[in-house]
Amino acid sequence: MSWKHKHLLGLENLSRQDIELVLQTAKSFKEVSSRDIKKVPALRGKTVVTLFFEPSTRTRISFELAAKRLSADTLNIAVNVSSTSKGETLLDTARNIEAMNVDAMVVRHSSSGSVFLLAEGLKCSVVNAGDGCREHPTQALLDMFTLQEKFGRIEGLKVGIIGDILHSRVARSNIWGLTKLGAKVTVCGPATLMPRGIEAMGVDVCYDLKKVLKQSDAVIALRLQKERQQDKFLPSMREYSRLFGINQAKLNEGSDHLIVMHPGPTNRGVELSADVADGKQSVILDQVTNGVAVRMAVLYLVLGTRK
Amino acid sequence: MTLFYLGGDMVGVKIMDQEAIRRAVLRMAHEILEKNKGVDRLSLVGIRTRGVILAQRLKQAIHDIEGFDVPTGILDITLYRDDLTSVGAKPLVRETLIDFDITDLKIVLVDDVFFTGRTIRAALDALVDFGRPAIIQLAVLVDRGHRELPIRADFVGKNIPTTKSQDVKVILGESDGKDDEVILE
Repeated sequence: MSWKHKHLLGLENLSRQDIELVLQTAKSFKEVSSRDIKKVPALRGKTVVTLFFEPSTRTRISFELAAKRLSADTLNIAVNVSSTSKGETLLDTARNIEAMNVDAMVVRHSSSGSVFLLAEGLKCSVVNAGDGCREHPTQALLDMFTLQEKFGRIEGLKVGIIGDILHSRVARSNIWGLTKLGAKVTVCGPATLMPRGIEAMGVDVCYDLKKVLKQSDAVIALRLQKERQQDKFLPSMREYSRLFGINQAKLNEGSDHLIVMHPGPTNRGVELSADVADGKQSVILDQVTNGVAVRMAVLYLVLGTRK
Repeated sequence: MTLFYLGGDMVGVKIMDQEAIRRAVLRMAHEILEKNKGVDRLSLVGIRTRGVILAQRLKQAIHDIEGFDVPTGILDITLYRDDLTSVGAKPLVRETLIDFDITDLKIVLVDDVFFTGRTIRAALDALVDFGRPAIIQLAVLVDRGHRELPIRADFVGKNIPTTKSQDVKVILGESDGKDDEVILE
């Protein structure tokens, strides 16, 4: 079993074996983060740049820590301080950074598919940290890693994805990954935020949150992307919260071993109530811990397949 | 010494059989105890994959002699290799499991074949990331020569003179599912 991808652009084009290799490799890297000296020399001398055209805290520092724990040098570029505000194109910006002999570029951009443009136009490895509404592969990988850790398997698990499916790259990446690994995925959310034809991705659609909570082993609550609600998809936040927000009362009627996941940042009181977010069924902070291990595995694997 | 056909034009020579390996491990266990004056603060760390099995066998042998279980850990040196950036596809990384504090312990590193010394160099780098042992010693089943670094073994099962192009294969029941043997081909 060996890794053959120079880039990580999404889970759509990975095989089940590829995904399992990342998860297995991440297990070893999780141990590294638990040591006193949290650093191994595997990527010594490599340079990893994070290029973020959208705001992010968690994902960016998670990638940065992952690169640092592998002894790579890191450089963080955020859009508001870069020359794109002076009119430079995406590819030009990236090519200029690459010209300084960068080995991997971790990119977040608001346009779906922008990472393909970069992967074609650059010689270095490109890792997708979220492109528009398309994919956010490392988030899905860390979700799957967390599920595997909690349940010991992914095959046969019933996973509900709740919320704004339409705009969610986290949902899409999770659907690709989880279905490839044999999980049964049900998506649930307001009809206005449910993409037409989503069933073609191999998922069930359900508009009844209670039913999903009852039948699932785990639910992933998506962040309601307030910045993308300008087209009036919802009558009001309160209505959304009443119908699709998860609180302890609804959770008590769900399956007894249910775990609650969230990619963050959480809108407390909207998709999750505070008692659920901090409750014993929540694994949100485990997800964050596992994120570093998964991103270490991804950087290690993509940077090994050049030449 | 038995010559046997391995397929193609390769002929392998059996250097050690099951009994020879068993006696070598037992002798090394005695030597480790003698040199370290018993089991006080002694611990074993096996290098993946076959070093782990040999460490387990040494642990059992030490238990049979002294009636004491020495702490035993597993080391994966992949991330410390000096050829990581030059090899094509990355080797599989597996877990390191050392669930005791190695600081001030007497560590015996265990590996199957001692060749260039680069694996041991990587293992030393990895070990010191876990703490500061009082002393690190090296036990190997086979020393085949051709060192590229100034590293030597403290306990050796068998010295086997080889040419650089030859291959030494250590086969152990636990990992290979057949009788223990060491083959030179």
